[in-house]
Amino acid sequence: MARTEGKTSKTGKLLEIHNLRIEATVYPPGGDPENVVIVDDVSLTLEPGKVLGLIGESGAGKSTVGLSSMGYGRGGVRITGGKVILNGRDILKDRPGLRKLRGNEVCYVAQSAAAAFNPAHRLMRQVVEASVKHGVCSRAEAERRAVALFRELSLPDPEHIGERFPHQVSGGQLQRVMTAMALCSQPDLIVFDEPTTALDVTTQIDVLAAIKKAIRDTGVAALYITHDLAVVAQVSDDIMVLRHGKKVEYGATQQIIGEPKEEYTRALVSVHHIAHEEKKPAPQPLLLVKNVTASYGGGTVKVLKNVSVDINAGQTLAVVGESGSGKSTLARAITGLLPPSEGSISFEGRTLPPRLAGRSKEDLRQLQMIYQMADVAMNPRQTVGTIIGRPLQFYFGMRGRERKERVLELLDKIEMGKGFLDRYPAELSGGQKQRVCIARSLAAKPKLIICDEVTSALDPLVANGILKLLLELQKEENVAYLFITHDLATVKSIADSIAVMYRGEVVRYGPKSEVLKPPFDAYTDLLLSSVPQMQVGWLEKAISGRRMEAAGN
Amino acid sequence: MGSPVLKLVAQRVALGVLLLFAVSVLIFAGTQILPGDVAQSILGQAATPQALANLRAQLGLNDPAYVRYFRWLAGLLHGDLGHALSNGQDIATSVGDRLKNTLFLAFWAAIVAVPLAITLGLIAVRHKDGFIDKLISATTLATISLPEFFIGYVLIYYVAVYLQWFPSVSTVYDGMSFADRMRAIALPATTLTLVVLAHMMRMTRAAILNVMQSAYIETAELKGLSPFEIIRRHAFPNAIAPIVNVVMLNLAYLVVGVVVVEVIFVYPGMGQYLVDHVAKRDIPVVQACGIIFAAVYICLNIIADIASILSNPRLRHPK
Repeated sequence: MARTEGKTSKTGKLLEIHNLRIEATVYPPGGDPENVVIVDDVSLTLEPGKVLGLIGESGAGKSTVGLSSMGYGRGGVRITGGKVILNGRDILKDRPGLRKLRGNEVCYVAQSAAAAFNPAHRLMRQVVEASVKHGVCSRAEAERRAVALFRELSLPDPEHIGERFPHQVSGGQLQRVMTAMALCSQPDLIVFDEPTTALDVTTQIDVLAAIKKAIRDTGVAALYITHDLAVVAQVSDDIMVLRHGKKVEYGATQQIIGEPKEEYTRALVSVHHIAHEEKKPAPQPLLLVKNVTASYGGGTVKVLKNVSVDINAGQTLAVVGESGSGKSTLARAITGLLPPSEGSISFEGRTLPPRLAGRSKEDLRQLQMIYQMADVAMNPRQTVGTIIGRPLQFYFGMRGRERKERVLELLDKIEMGKGFLDRYPAELSGGQKQRVCIARSLAAKPKLIICDEVTSALDPLVANGILKLLLELQKEENVAYLFITHDLATVKSIADSIAVMYRGEVVRYGPKSEVLKPPFDAYTDLLLSSVPQMQVGWLEKAISGRRMEAAGN
Repeated sequence: MGSPVLKLVAQRVALGVLLLFAVSVLIFAGTQILPGDVAQSILGQAATPQALANLRAQLGLNDPAYVRYFRWLAGLLHGDLGHALSNGQDIATSVGDRLKNTLFLAFWAAIVAVPLAITLGLIAVRHKDGFIDKLISATTLATISLPEFFIGYVLIYYVAVYLQWFPSVSTVYDGMSFADRMRAIALPATTLTLVVLAHMMRMTRAAILNVMQSAYIETAELKGLSPFEIIRRHAFPNAIAPIVNVVMLNLAYLVVGVVVVEVIFVYPGMGQYLVDHVAKRDIPVVQACGIIFAAVYICLNIIADIASILSNPRLRHPK
């Protein structure tokens, strides 16, 4: 379906980026504005119909490089050097012409389709908007084409899904509608910016397959941006690894994942492996959750149905499942934020009052929590010292020098020096913020810490560091974890026992070795088989071998 | 249209009615604690105690306050606003004409002010932080900062006295032609427009700038839409709720806040009427005007609430 007018340059290249340099001005707290280089001396070429994966951790400049192909700088970012040659012309030299190119020659698929669709308009209107605007075809023709694309991307009810509003469609489906929107104006190039990162692992595989099929069938070229090497290995022909705005390695997919040349790429390829010995279950569990049922809206929506699990002192129970499976609600029930309607929760042999307000200070101290978004879990106007010192003062009445010494001790435990004492959260990296949150929960000397998706927002290498730290601390402090996650690789590295949740119920529960041993029930099988593997051709194998459909589909 | 919307709308309307009753209690209580005696003010200082007592009994002033309140309320619900003490006329009839005049003025001021404010807001967003944005902000802020009587007199001086384009006194009467009527209200309508413009324009600008941070604005930008298309098609529909709210507040002001402007231009509207009768201690008229103003205010705010609800696609089209 790609354009046939032969707009590509004589060299046969669709996109050439030469020595790209991108800068931005940052305003550090309390300091003078500084110029920072976000992308430095990056060059790449893309032939028509090919897919190039751009990978790296956050801040590596991969989105910035991707968007430069549309001459777009997000949030005041400036392209200060180099050339971006698309279809044989340097697009940076023709600023007014950029508007004709965007949504026409190059289209964009954003990370969160849920946020990228305008909530006020029906989907169809948004899908055909660019095609109509650029005069690619008439509205009626564009709508016909959109319906065909909806069908191609295996969306349910392709004839009528366009009449819906964004909030009426699930996240995985929206992501596919967004892909259809990008394909509708028949571009030469699509920039996919982490299109599956925000999705559940079981939904991701469907969207990934749909995107791959659409790319193959329409012959469009793509820049595929992600931090997940296993995902990009499924769709791209070549891969470029970026770090701190510079190219680390650039080569064919098979070479990058099979024989990486650079140290950093090797670290990325082998990131998920932490050897963790499973501990034997203790006779007396620390926390006992018995037949807990909980609901929202005064009993109208049951989100936990008869859930029973227990956690042993100094061990880790991992709770896995996709979004909406009730795993975070379980944490809310245990902490008393959502009192269960039935069942009981006991801690060290005594039953905990169901409501938060009914619990003693001691109960509160024993049970701490770490959140997914370290950013919003800290008061941005307090220094690291105050944040970590607060539970010391609250639970143990520590003040002055005594408190400061303990804070330093805790900072040492999370492998951060005393230089961080007077820093504000805004001055820390994502991984450092999460470490501070860990130190804050440890300060209370709890017996159990609930970790709610604590590594999901972090880059793989950083997340790996956090997991290692958590395991280390468990050994030292004998603290138990209730580890909520949707990432099975994380579970393998950290858990002693596993509970698999599906629609508010525990469908599989036991020691790690048993839960991960076949035969599996249908849902656990779906979950396990959906985790992307770092090998070319995994996607096709996984799709053909599946026994049940993902819930978010 | 689903039931959640109907339910929310019904809730708002019910709340509005309840609020109106509460306001009627307040107005009644407020006029009761005013100093002075109605009978005394009707009959004057020279009245004999017997005459005063007779009149009090005749007006029912000796009944307990709650009985008088419910008598008044029952009258209101039947459309009977009572009779003015000063001239004995039926309040409903005299208010009717005045209200019509006030609404006429408010309507034409709104017809000019609302689209102008929103357009200026959109233009300010388009040229954010540029010269045009600053010029619009400075001008509208200047007009809101000046007291309305000052703007009124400046207009009278330059436009009516010096240039002699429009009359300085906005007298209207029955049987006046439409064109004459429009000429008469030109200056008060301009004054009102200048007073309400800034508030609505600033709010439009702020609400749209807030929406401009959203991811879907970037999507629109990457579709190659022009800046104005992005603001109009993608930002504005999502900023309607706050804009409607501030527009309605200002419309309410155009009806109930016109007292000063009507007095300056000697316009025979509700404001003039109210001021005249406050001076005469004509309690029933003050009560009637109070309740009408309150009703207008509450109605417009209910409309704003309902418009916000209807502008939310999540409520209009539930899953």
